[in-house]
Amino acid sequence: MNEKKPDNNLIVATSPHVHAPINIQKVMGEVLIALIPAVIASLYFFRLYAFKVLFIATASSVFFEYIWQKVNKQPIRINDLSAALTGILLALTLPPTIPWWMIIIGSMVSVILGKQVFGGLGHNPFNPALVGRAFLQVSWPQAMTTWVTPFDAVSTATPLAIKKLGLQEVIPSYFDLFLGNCSGSLGETSALALILGGIFLIKREHIFAITPFTYIITFIIGILAFGQDVLFHVFSGGLMLGAFFMATDPVTTPMSKQGKFIFGLGCGILTVLIRLKGGFPEGVCFSILIMNMTVPLIDKYTIPKPFGVKKG
Amino acid sequence: MKNLFTFYGGVHPPDQKNTSNHPIEEMPIPEKVVIPLIQHTGIPSKPLVSLGDTVLENQKIAEAAGHISVPIHSSVSGKVTDIRAFLHPVIGKPVESIVIECDGKHRVFKPEKTHVDYYRYSPKDLIQVIKDAGIVGLGGAAFPTHVKLSPPKDVIINNIIINGAECEPFLTADDRLMREYSKEVIEGTKIIMYIMDAMKGFVAIEDNKQPAIEIFKKIVFNEPNIDLAVLPTHYPQGAEKQLIKVLLNREVPSGGLPLHVGVVVDNVGTAYSINRAVKEGENLYNRIVTVAGNGIETPKNIKVRVGTLISDIAKFCGGTTKDLAQVIMGGPMMGIAQTSLDVPVLKGTSGILFFTKNDIIDRQYFDCFRCGKCIRVCPMELFPNALSIYIENGRIDEAKAFHPLDCIECGCCAYTCPAQRPIVQQIKWAKTQINKK
Repeated sequence: MNEKKPDNNLIVATSPHVHAPINIQKVMGEVLIALIPAVIASLYFFRLYAFKVLFIATASSVFFEYIWQKVNKQPIRINDLSAALTGILLALTLPPTIPWWMIIIGSMVSVILGKQVFGGLGHNPFNPALVGRAFLQVSWPQAMTTWVTPFDAVSTATPLAIKKLGLQEVIPSYFDLFLGNCSGSLGETSALALILGGIFLIKREHIFAITPFTYIITFIIGILAFGQDVLFHVFSGGLMLGAFFMATDPVTTPMSKQGKFIFGLGCGILTVLIRLKGGFPEGVCFSILIMNMTVPLIDKYTIPKPFGVKKG
Repeated sequence: MKNLFTFYGGVHPPDQKNTSNHPIEEMPIPEKVVIPLIQHTGIPSKPLVSLGDTVLENQKIAEAAGHISVPIHSSVSGKVTDIRAFLHPVIGKPVESIVIECDGKHRVFKPEKTHVDYYRYSPKDLIQVIKDAGIVGLGGAAFPTHVKLSPPKDVIINNIIINGAECEPFLTADDRLMREYSKEVIEGTKIIMYIMDAMKGFVAIEDNKQPAIEIFKKIVFNEPNIDLAVLPTHYPQGAEKQLIKVLLNREVPSGGLPLHVGVVVDNVGTAYSINRAVKEGENLYNRIVTVAGNGIETPKNIKVRVGTLISDIAKFCGGTTKDLAQVIMGGPMMGIAQTSLDVPVLKGTSGILFFTKNDIIDRQYFDCFRCGKCIRVCPMELFPNALSIYIENGRIDEAKAFHPLDCIECGCCAYTCPAQRPIVQQIKWAKTQINKK
C-alpha cells in the first residue's frame, strides 16, 4: 500500500517499518505442532489405520486446495499450511477403518465446499474440517459409525454409543478414556493429548482460553443437570478436540471475549442436548457447526467499548 | 518507588537501542538551514524576515499566528537567502520555509531578560516565556506546549508526568538527554509543576534504560514532590493515554485529553527546553536526534540545529551505506519514510533511521483470517481487524461502529498481523476521510 519508488531509490511506505517475526504459515505451523500429541496418540492406538487416514486426508486436502487455486488462476498458497491443517483436523474426526475414497471425498468437501467456495482462508463461515465430517456422516452413516478397538482393531462400538444404546459391551475405565485407550475417531480418543495441545495453543496466544473453558464448564454443568456420569462424558467422544481445536478456529468463531463466551456456552448446551436427547451418540461436530452460523450475529452485538469509554 | 498498573495490549519489538552508549555529539554548524513555517500542530507561523535579512542565532524569524501556534527562531547566524516552498519531512509536500545561509560567525541573539528565579514570576508570565521560546512537545507530535499548560479555568491539574519512556525501538535521544542533562530535566519538571500548581510529578522511564534510572533515583531522592517511575519495556508505553493509565490508573476519556483526568504529560526533551528557555533565554532551535540503522556508517546521538538537512547529518555520520533503501524520520513504529535526504530536521524530530535492503519488511499482504492478534495487542482495545476489512472495502460508515477515531496510530496491529495487513495505514486513511466530513 502506498509503495512507490522515487528517483533516488528510497523505498517509501507507511509506518510501522518493522514487523513481528510472524506470518500465516507460522501460525498454522504452530497449530500443527499443537496437534502432534494427538497425532502420535492416534498412531500409537490405531497404528497403520491411523497413518492411512492421516496421510490420505492431508495429502488430498492440499491437493484439492492446489487444484482449486490452479483452476481459478489464483496464487498458489498451499505453503500457508491451512489446507494441511484442515486435512489433519478432518482425519482426527474420522474412524480408523473408513474406506480410503471416503477420506478423499471428505477432504474435497472440506477444502472446496467448506472453504474455497466462500473465497478461501478467512472467508468461510463454517469450520472446513467439520463440514467435511458432517458431509461424510450424513452420506455414509454406516462407515462413519464403524469403530474398532485400539491395537488389535476388533469391531466394537464407541463408549458413547455403548452407553446411549445400552449395548452389552464393556465401558472402558475413566483412565483409559483419558489416555485414549478406547474406540473412537483417530483424535477424539485421547483427552490427554488434546489438552496438551490446547495448553500449547493458549500459551502461544493462538487461542483464547475462554472458549474451551466455557465450552467444557457448560458441558459439565449440563451433564450434571441431567444426572449423568460427568467424567465419562468429558473424556469420551470429541469434546476435547472440539473445544480446543474446532471451537477456537478464529475464522469461524466470534472476535470478542464476550462473543467467545457466548459461543462456548452455546456449544456446551447443544452438545449436551444432542448427546443426551438427540438421535446421535455424539454432538460436538453439529453443535459447533450450528454455533458457527450465529457468529455474525454474536459479533454484531459484542463489540467491546474501547479504552476511555465508560465500561458497564 | 511508584507502584504501577498495566494497560491492555501492546507489543515487544526488539529494542535495538545500539546507540544508547554513544554520548551526545554537537554537530558543527551546517552551511545552510531550511526552517519550515510548519513545525507544530496548529496554525503555521508567520515569517518576520525577508530576503537578504541578516539574522542571529536564537533570533525570532517567524511569529505565532494565533493561540495554537508558536514562533520560530533562527538556528544559525547568517543571511536569509530564500523564502520558498521546500519539501517537508512530515507533511510530504513542499511547505513555505526560510532558507538561511550561515556566516560561520556564530553570533547569538541575547535575550533582554532571563527568569532564573522563576518562582518570582507568575505562571502566566512563564507560559508567555514558553510560548515566546517556540516550545512544542518534543516527543513527536509537536503540540505547542503553552497550550497544554493553559487548561480551562475549571480544570485542576494535580499530576505532571515527564515522559522518558522512549518506547520506540532504535531511539536513544531521550535516554542520552536524561543521562547527560538530568539536572536540567528535573529543573524543567519543577517549572512545569510550579506553573500548573501540581502536587506531584513523575519522571517515567522504561526499564531498558538502567543508567538513566540510576541517575534519576539519586536526583529524586532530594525532590519530595517528584517520583521516579520505572516502567516495564512495553510498546506503546510512552503513548500519553497508556502512560497515564499505567502510572495513575486513570483512563483519558474517548476524544478527551490528559487534562480531563488532571494530568499534563510532557516529554523529557520538552522539560529540558523549558528550563533552558526560562532560565537562560534560549529559544527552541536545537534538539537531540538519534541517527541509527544499518544504512549509516557511524550511528550517533547528535545535538543538531533545527533546519539542518538530513543529507548534512548523513555526511557528519560517515555517510550512508551503498545498500541504503529507506530513510525514516522518527522511530520504526510510527516514523515517516522520506522520499529525499534533502529535508530538514524539525523541532519534533527524535530520530533519523537509515535502513538497508535487508531491513525492509515484506509488504505483500493477505486476507484477514480473523486470528485476533491485533485485538490482543491494540492498546485502545479496538477491533483493528474489523476496521481493516470494512475500510478495505470502502465501507467507512460501517467501520465507524468500531471507533476508528480512538485509534492512536501506534502500529501494534500492523506490526503483529500474520497476514501482514496494513491495518493502521487503513485506519489512518479512514480517520482523514471521517474528519473531512
